[in-house]
Amino acid sequence: MTAERRNTAALRFVLPAAAAFVLAYVLQTVLDDYVMSIVNFVGINIILAVSLNITNGMTGLFSLGHPGFMAIGGYVTAILTLPAARKAMFLPDLPAWLAGLQAPFVPALVVGGLCAAATALVIGLPVLRLKGHYLAVATMGFLIIVQVLITNWDSVTRGPLGLNGLADLTTVWQVLPWVLLTLYVSWKVKFSSLGRTMIAVREDELAAQCLGVNLFFTRVLSLALGAFFAGVAGGLWAHLVTAITPSSFSLIMAFNIVVMVVVGGSGSITGSLLAAVLFTVLTEAFRPLEEHYGLYGIGEILMALVLILILIYRPGGMLGTREPRFLVDDDG
Amino acid sequence: MGGGYIAQQIVNGLILGSMYALVAIGFSMIYGIIRLINFAHGDVVMIGAFVTLALMQVAGLPFVLVAAGALAAGAVVGVLIERGAFRPMRGAPQVTGFIASLAVSIMLQNLGILLLTAQPRNFTFPAALQKVINAGPVSFRVIDLVIMLSALGLMVLVMLLVKRTRLGMAMRATAENLDVARLMGININRTILAAFAMGSALAGIAGLMWGGKFGQIDPLLGYVPGLKSFVAAVIGGVGSIPGAILGGYILGLAEVLFVGLLPPIYSAYRDAFVFGTLIVILLIMPNGLLGSDKGERA
Repeated sequence: MTAERRNTAALRFVLPAAAAFVLAYVLQTVLDDYVMSIVNFVGINIILAVSLNITNGMTGLFSLGHPGFMAIGGYVTAILTLPAARKAMFLPDLPAWLAGLQAPFVPALVVGGLCAAATALVIGLPVLRLKGHYLAVATMGFLIIVQVLITNWDSVTRGPLGLNGLADLTTVWQVLPWVLLTLYVSWKVKFSSLGRTMIAVREDELAAQCLGVNLFFTRVLSLALGAFFAGVAGGLWAHLVTAITPSSFSLIMAFNIVVMVVVGGSGSITGSLLAAVLFTVLTEAFRPLEEHYGLYGIGEILMALVLILILIYRPGGMLGTREPRFLVDDDG
Repeated sequence: MGGGYIAQQIVNGLILGSMYALVAIGFSMIYGIIRLINFAHGDVVMIGAFVTLALMQVAGLPFVLVAAGALAAGAVVGVLIERGAFRPMRGAPQVTGFIASLAVSIMLQNLGILLLTAQPRNFTFPAALQKVINAGPVSFRVIDLVIMLSALGLMVLVMLLVKRTRLGMAMRATAENLDVARLMGININRTILAAFAMGSALAGIAGLMWGGKFGQIDPLLGYVPGLKSFVAAVIGGVGSIPGAILGGYILGLAEVLFVGLLPPIYSAYRDAFVFGTLIVILLIMPNGLLGSDKGERA
């Protein structure tokens, strides 16, 4: 890569990132708190879709476990940021070393993400031997097991009541850097030998293996990388909603994130990003319709219908595996 | 904890197992023929339950007609799902069908919420069916007996149909190899449609039983039987009808005994146990108990 091309590559990232910061600043000053929280949801959904795209889109590991990783990250972050006084009230049975611990938000998010990634390594070792829809079903099982464990582990999670009254730490200045980091890492991975390895595993395992690709390592890495960002997104989510319960992280949520990846185009980072924006804005647009006319569920019905139509008529999604031309080198 | 208690638990397990088995048969039939994990299968159970409610408590039809109505409703919904969602994407990767079935499931659940509200409705069978029978140490209601016997009858019927009729032969041939079956002049579309109709009819009647057993129904009730019967089908070996039946009874018994025999603190972990078992079986025994090795399984 020549110096000139490296410069343009850097510009391609720095310019949009700078633009995003300016946009965030403008939105922050113009919009009220409610609309701003929707903007933050857009950001969190971008993190979720782009990170699932690493696992699901690029490597072709059909995982429904993303909300499970979110739940782990969310609970870890929430417990770490909770002031000691509230911990004593909510969680009197917490182990002593945890009860006295209070971390700032960013380190707590990182720890939450790492816990999610570590869980991904542990469950990945056995489960990633499965393929296709069996993997989907096993990760769905993982999600349900996480839900059951959180619901019953009263001393640490406060059971089905969940943790409420969390500090509203998730501002756009917290969300945006994480969105950019997710995009950057994902982009770097996709256009590196690791990303090409992942896509090779997705396209033809046998051929990839013949070329010396370590299938298992690639799969585990891809699951763990997706899980890290899912964990962070869970932490951001918990401190945006300011509450976290076991039922927050449901199969419906897994379905929604999968919809974003499939609609955007499996493997396309830009596609996942656009789909996440579109999905969040549309969901919010349906909300008044549901509440005003009492048409509860109409949003989900239309979303499911759109997904089925896309699967039938445009199975590659909006962008396929590609990225828009102006963002990549001609040979990239 | 005497023998009577255990006998009672076994009877409860058999009742639950009959329902799981009925739903699992449909799951397995559909998987066997087009390798589709039909996540929407559980929601056909929900539709069967609501049709039962409408025919029995609103229209006031006799029980036999109500049962026929639940069977027919299941079959119609199964056919509509196949024609509307799965046929247009036949030949796509397996995961595509699975996502689509999730979408169909969410659509049916929310249509239920939209049209019928999420409010649970009470479901009462006529007094004659509610009567309690005491047989030695165990007691059960007439409806439980009806559930067990009619489930057994339907299972025998389906097995005979698959083993002895031309349609059954066509189904088995299609499951073996779809392309070759087509070359042999089997009408693939009709065969697949028939499998959906039969499997979903069983799910519809399972809805009647589910309502009768638990006494309350709501639009989201299909979630649990759908997941559990899938687990049952995997235990028995997906694609095998006797396997699905065996898996249904094993899961029903295991679940009831797990809750009934272990200290109560563990019973909250029932679902974790069920899905943990599923993952372990997929890993160590991907073909289940009675499934045949067709490769490409897991």
